[in-house]
Amino acid sequence: MTARPAALQLNKICKSFNRVSVLRSVDLELRAGEIHALLGENGAGKSTLIKVMTGAYSADGGEIILGDKTISPQTPSDAQKLGISTVYQEVNLLPNLSVAHNLYLGREPRRFGCIQWKKIRARATELLKRFDLDINVNEPLSSYSIAVQQLVAIARAVDCSAKVLILDEPTASLDAREVALLFRVMRDLRDSGVAILFVTHFLDQVYEVTDRITILRNGERVGTFATNALPRNELVAHMLGKELHALEHLSHHCPPAGREEDVLLEADSVTIANGVEQLNFKARQGDAIGLAGLLGSGRSEICSMLFGLSHVTSGKVSLAGKEFRPNSPAAAIKKGFALCPEDRKTEGIVDPLSVRENLLLALQAQKGWWRPIRAQQQKALVDEAIRALKIVCSDAEKPIGQLSGGNQQKVILARWLMTKPQIFILDEPTRGIDIGAHAEILELIRKLCAEGMTLIVASSEIEELVAFSNKVIIMRDKKMVGMIEGDAITENSVLSAIATPV
Amino acid sequence: MRTIQLFDSRFLLPVVALALILLTNLILSPEFFHLEFKDGRLYGSLVDVLNRSAPCALLAIGMSLVIATGGIDLSVGAVIAITGAVCANLLNSSIDSISLIVLAGLFVGVVAGAVNGGLVSFFGIQPIVATLVLMVAGRGIAQLINDGQIVTFQNPAFASIGVGSIFGLPSPVVITLGIFLLAQAFVRLTAMGLFIEASGCNPKASSYIGIPVRTIKWSVYVMSGLCAAVAGMIITADIHGADANNAGLWLELDAILAVVLGGASLAGGRFSLPLTLIGVLIIQAMTTTIIMSGIDPKFNLLIKSLIIVTVLLLQSPILRGQIRGFFARKHKAENSAVVESQS
Repeated sequence: MTARPAALQLNKICKSFNRVSVLRSVDLELRAGEIHALLGENGAGKSTLIKVMTGAYSADGGEIILGDKTISPQTPSDAQKLGISTVYQEVNLLPNLSVAHNLYLGREPRRFGCIQWKKIRARATELLKRFDLDINVNEPLSSYSIAVQQLVAIARAVDCSAKVLILDEPTASLDAREVALLFRVMRDLRDSGVAILFVTHFLDQVYEVTDRITILRNGERVGTFATNALPRNELVAHMLGKELHALEHLSHHCPPAGREEDVLLEADSVTIANGVEQLNFKARQGDAIGLAGLLGSGRSEICSMLFGLSHVTSGKVSLAGKEFRPNSPAAAIKKGFALCPEDRKTEGIVDPLSVRENLLLALQAQKGWWRPIRAQQQKALVDEAIRALKIVCSDAEKPIGQLSGGNQQKVILARWLMTKPQIFILDEPTRGIDIGAHAEILELIRKLCAEGMTLIVASSEIEELVAFSNKVIIMRDKKMVGMIEGDAITENSVLSAIATPV
Repeated sequence: MRTIQLFDSRFLLPVVALALILLTNLILSPEFFHLEFKDGRLYGSLVDVLNRSAPCALLAIGMSLVIATGGIDLSVGAVIAITGAVCANLLNSSIDSISLIVLAGLFVGVVAGAVNGGLVSFFGIQPIVATLVLMVAGRGIAQLINDGQIVTFQNPAFASIGVGSIFGLPSPVVITLGIFLLAQAFVRLTAMGLFIEASGCNPKASSYIGIPVRTIKWSVYVMSGLCAAVAGMIITADIHGADANNAGLWLELDAILAVVLGGASLAGGRFSLPLTLIGVLIIQAMTTTIIMSGIDPKFNLLIKSLIIVTVLLLQSPILRGQIRGFFARKHKAENSAVVESQS
C-alpha cells in the first residue's frame, strides 16, 4: 500500500478527569482512503479519544491536525463543520421526522425563508441512491431498521462533506446481512478518499474490513499495525496487556482439587435470559473460577444470573445439590452469595454515605432494619475492616466518593466479607484501580480461597486470572466454548482459547 | 456519634436563619417573647407560632422520608381533606367512640399512602405523577364524601384534638412533638433511616446489597399518608368542620419547602427530621413576622419568597464555591501584591 497523506493526525493527546489521567500522550494517524480500526477494552480510552476528536471534550494537551491545519473543535457541530463526523451505535437523528428531513436537518435549502420540501425530497432520494438505498424518504426514520437508520446517518455525514468519518460501534445491533451492507458502503467511501475510523469489539469484522489497527490500553497507545500483518493472537494480547509488573511474583497458583462430592455450585447446560448459552461448570469449596473472554462475551452475564439479576431459561443450576433459582439479589444473598459488581460507581458504592455506612450496609441489610448494629460494634467492625484490607482513609465518616477507586473497591469487598459469604462473585474486581491495590486484591482472593470460600471472578486481565484460578471458563460470543483446568492454565492457553476464530 | 451530628455544620444556616427571624420579631414587637400562663394553659406569640405550624410540621416529617428516597408526595394536602371529610361524617353518624373515629382517620391516611407507594415502587410510576393523581382525585373524593357541603359537627371530645391543651400546651403542638419523637426514634434508633438514605442515594447499589428498596419506598409513602391523616384531624378539629375544598390547600408545598430549607436534596439521600422542623418554624415564624410588622399584606407572599430564595441560595454549593473562590482570589491577589512590593 502506498502511504497516502494523513487526513487527520492526533499528536500526544492527553486528557484527565479529576486528576485521573484517561489519555496519556496518544498519537493517531488517519490516512485519507483507509479504514482504520480503533481497538481496546473498556476503559482503554477509546471513547474519550473520539470525544476529543469530535469536540465533545477538549484535550488537556497535544494537537489535532486536520489536513495541514491545527484545529481545536469546541463542540461536535464545530468538528462537523470542519469535516469530522461521527455516527454512534445509537443513531442520534430524530426518529419522528422523515428520512429526507433528517438528511437536511439544520441545513434545509430555502427560498425566501421557506423550506423547499420538494428539493429536499429530490436531493435525499438522489443521495441515498449512491448508497444503494431505495427507500421512501417521506417515511419517518423510525419506520426503518437500525441498519438503514445508520446508513442514513452515514449518508448525512458524508453529504456534510465529511473528510473523516468516525463509526462508533456501528455494528453492535446489526445482523449479518446488514453488516455486509454497511461494509460495502464503508469500502465505497474509502475508495472515494474518506478516512474512516471504525470502533468495534468484533475482531472478525476488524479483519474483514480494516486496513490498519490502532490499539489503546489504559489510556496509552500500544501501537498501530497493518491489519494483515497482525495475527489475531497478538492482537488479543496487545488489547489485554501484560503490564502487571506488580504481579510478577505471583506465579500460577492452583488450589488443591477438592473431592468430587464437595461440589457446591453446579451449572448443567444452562441458558440465561440475557443470552448466555451452553454454560456447564462445577465449583467446589475453595475453588477460584475465572471467567475469561473479551468484552461482551458473556462474562458479566454469568455473574448477573448467579446473583439473581437474570433468570435461567433452560438447564439447571444447583447449590449444594438443590436447585438454585434466585429471583432477586436478596434471594441470592440469603443463600450465601455476594457480588462485587462491575460498575463500581453506579452499582457498588452508595455515595455520599460515609465509608462507615458503606461498610456496614450489607451486614445491616442481612440483619434487617429492626436490629441495628450498635455504635460500639460498628466501630469495632469498621476499624477491623479498614485494618484488614488496608483501606486508606483518614476518617470513616468521610463520604465514600472521596476515596480513590482502589479504596472504594476494598470497601465493597470488606462490606461483603462481613456477611461471611460462601460464594463470592467478583465482576472485574481490579478495573480502574492502581497497581498497589490491584496486588492486594489478588492476594486477598487467594487467601479467601485458601480459607474455603468459592470465588467466581470475571476479568479481562488474563494474567490476573492465571494468577489465582484453578479453573478458567472461556466465553466467546455469549457461549461457553471451553474450560481450562489446573496446570494447563497459562496465559498462552487462555489467550489462544479466547482468540480462536469461530 | 449522634451528638456530633447534632452540631453538624448543616444545622448552622437554618438555625441562624430562624434566630434572625425571631430577633426581627423581638425588635418589631417586644411582647413577642412574652408568655402567659392562664387557665392552665400557656399563651403567647411563640406558642401561636408553634400551634399554627403543627399541621405543616406533621406533613414535613412524612415528606422528609419520602424526599430522602428521591420521591415526593404531592397528595398530602388532599389526604388532609379526605381524612377531615371521613371524620366529620363519622362524628355526625351513630358512632360515638372517638378512638374508633380517630382510627378510621388514620386508616384513610394509610390507604392513601399505600396507593401512592404502590404506584411508585411496584409500578415504577414517577413519584410526582403518581401522587399528583391523588392530589387531584383526593379533593374530589372528599367532596363526594361531604356531598359538596362543608360538614360541621359538635363534639367537644374530638374538637379537643385541635383546640384543647395537654400539659399546658396546645394539643396540636404536643401531638406533633410526640409524632416527631416517634418518627425520629423509628428512623434513627433502628437502621431504617440508613436504609432510606441508601435507597435514595443509589437505589441500584442498595438493591444489590440486599436492602429491600421497593418495600422501603412503599413504606415511606404510607408514613407520609399517616402523618397527613393526623394533620387532617387536627385541622378538622380546629374548625369543627371539614371543608373539602380548602382544608390543607397548598400545604404540601409548604411541607416540601420546609424539607428543602432543612437542607435536604430533592434528588434523595441525607435527611434530618430536626432540621425539617426548623424549616417549618422558619416558614411559620416568617409569616407571623410579616403580619406583625404592619407591612401591607399585599407584600406577604413576595417577602416570604425573597427570604426563602436567600436561604436556598446560601445553601447552594455552587454559590458557596463561588463565594469561596472570590475570597480565595482576593486573598491571593493581596498576597502576591505583598510579594511584589517586597521584591
